[in-house]
Amino acid sequence: MPRLVSHPDEVKVVSKRFGQGAANIDRYIELGGYESTKKCLAQGPEWIIEEMKSSSLRGRGGAGFPTGLKWSFVPKQSAKPKYVLVNGDESEPGTCKDHLIFLHDPHAVIEGTIIAGLAIGAKTGFIYLRGEYRYLLNIMEKAVADAYAKGFLGKGIFGSDTEFQIITQSGAGAYEVGEESALMESLEGKRGVPRIKPPFPAVVGLYGGPTVINNAETIATVPHVIAMGGAAFAAIGSPRNGGTRLFSISGHVERPGVYELPMGFNLKKMIYEVAGGIRGGRTLKAVVPGGSSTPVLLPAEIEELGMDFDQVGKAGSMLGSGGVVVIDDQTCMVEFALRTISFYQHESCGWCIPCREGTDWLKKSLTRFHAGYGVAKDIDNIQYLAENMMGRTFCPLGDAAAMPTLGFVKKFRKEFEDHLNGKPCPFAKHVELAVV
Amino acid sequence: MKSETMSIFSPQLAARFDALVEKYPVRRSALVPMLLYAQDEIGYLSDAVIAEIADRIGITQLDVRNVATYYSMLRFKPAGKYNVQVCTNISCMLRGAYDLYERFQDELGIGHKGVTKDGLFSLEEVECIGACCWAPAIQVNYDFHDDLTPQHVTGILETYRGRAMAEGSKR
Repeated sequence: MPRLVSHPDEVKVVSKRFGQGAANIDRYIELGGYESTKKCLAQGPEWIIEEMKSSSLRGRGGAGFPTGLKWSFVPKQSAKPKYVLVNGDESEPGTCKDHLIFLHDPHAVIEGTIIAGLAIGAKTGFIYLRGEYRYLLNIMEKAVADAYAKGFLGKGIFGSDTEFQIITQSGAGAYEVGEESALMESLEGKRGVPRIKPPFPAVVGLYGGPTVINNAETIATVPHVIAMGGAAFAAIGSPRNGGTRLFSISGHVERPGVYELPMGFNLKKMIYEVAGGIRGGRTLKAVVPGGSSTPVLLPAEIEELGMDFDQVGKAGSMLGSGGVVVIDDQTCMVEFALRTISFYQHESCGWCIPCREGTDWLKKSLTRFHAGYGVAKDIDNIQYLAENMMGRTFCPLGDAAAMPTLGFVKKFRKEFEDHLNGKPCPFAKHVELAVV
Repeated sequence: MKSETMSIFSPQLAARFDALVEKYPVRRSALVPMLLYAQDEIGYLSDAVIAEIADRIGITQLDVRNVATYYSMLRFKPAGKYNVQVCTNISCMLRGAYDLYERFQDELGIGHKGVTKDGLFSLEEVECIGACCWAPAIQVNYDFHDDLTPQHVTGILETYRGRAMAEGSKR
């Protein structure tokens, strides 16, 4: 069972029901659950969207797009049915927050889905979980069935004349399906390859109908925004970055875990105080701030860094999915870069050639390099390859592979050079790197 | 296809599939979960599984294969009764996933995608399974085991051997 952690600096909004037995619907109601949905039913769509806009809640999947604004893009009139699609394909390495949401607070996901549906005028919501999360899908399905039994879902929810249905869906192993257009393809029973944009899903989405796609954490946050009011939620965070966020802190820290902290919380403090510092009293070498696709940061760069979308962006990286991966001084950054790119090579769907070929060549180059068979020119070639993948693909997977690679080469060039000319890796432990 | 006609699936699964294809705006939306649930019961996506699913949804077998080959959890040959999936992605790697993976290889005497001779275990090195804060982590079929060290390996395998024995003696 995933361990729950706690720290006095945490501000528990989304995680406040974790460990409280809230997967049980009666317990959830006892803890104030489903009040937000009732409030939204009474207030109507314009009010919901205004509250969401004033909350400054931004998408927790990684892109950080303002949620209220996204909802407002859905046309009011539509010949085709509209849909809400909850993205629970959580697959970004370093990220395990949705895991806890599904485990401890499934009804918050249901509530958020209904509220999103009310806001855009959809009658159906889909909750898509990655295939590996079967035990969590079982919890979600039980929660949905319980909500139907209480009349919170179905025709005439909460005694109103509004209909809302929820369908849960299992994936079957694919990182790419976490990209919104690939997610829709998968839900339509196809290979998870991305669609060209525009049109955006808000106009032409699932089954061709207008669709709002939100990350599971975003959706689970919605009922809390409604309960406390958009302005109060915004006030917890930093400017234009409302509220709190579930940060998955992993790697070489004393107390890894999912911590809920206000947006803009200092990264150094997050590592040294909240997560207990570097394991075994070692020294910090690098931090990947927002899941494996975000460029690496050096210790000097995190001193004054507040963890919100704007500040991390300004520091040359991204807040991404909030997966903070902490790396100590005993780690070979070439091996780390190789393991990162191996993942993207494995997960590239092959639709766009720069990504399919680029990830493969990067992996080959880095494999050879780490094994001590690199040549000086390889370092520049790796950089050249990565630069030429950027912005040349339908979806951001190509960028997600290229960006961290560029970061590793730029910030750890010396470590790459140390591997040259058959020198053994100073950190090498494994003769052969695993090829997934 | 209705479940009363010939089906290679159990009556329960056949009934579940009957309901599943009707649940969505289009039948084909049931495809990905159906493939996974079929694999859970049959063990892998055999030709017969592909044929029946194609028939149930009303698409060609080629369409089904085209989709099935995309998803990493779907397989076309049997795995062990207990499929051990060791995550070696960054968060797990930093906390010793390769040592763990090596120990599993040694104890089971198989490598990536290998199956033990008795068919009880198979081993896979997998990508991130969403347990990064409790690393290193593995999945045995759908069960998570986290916060592991190589010392845990023997015990985990024994647990599943015991489970298989208990199931065997019940029959």
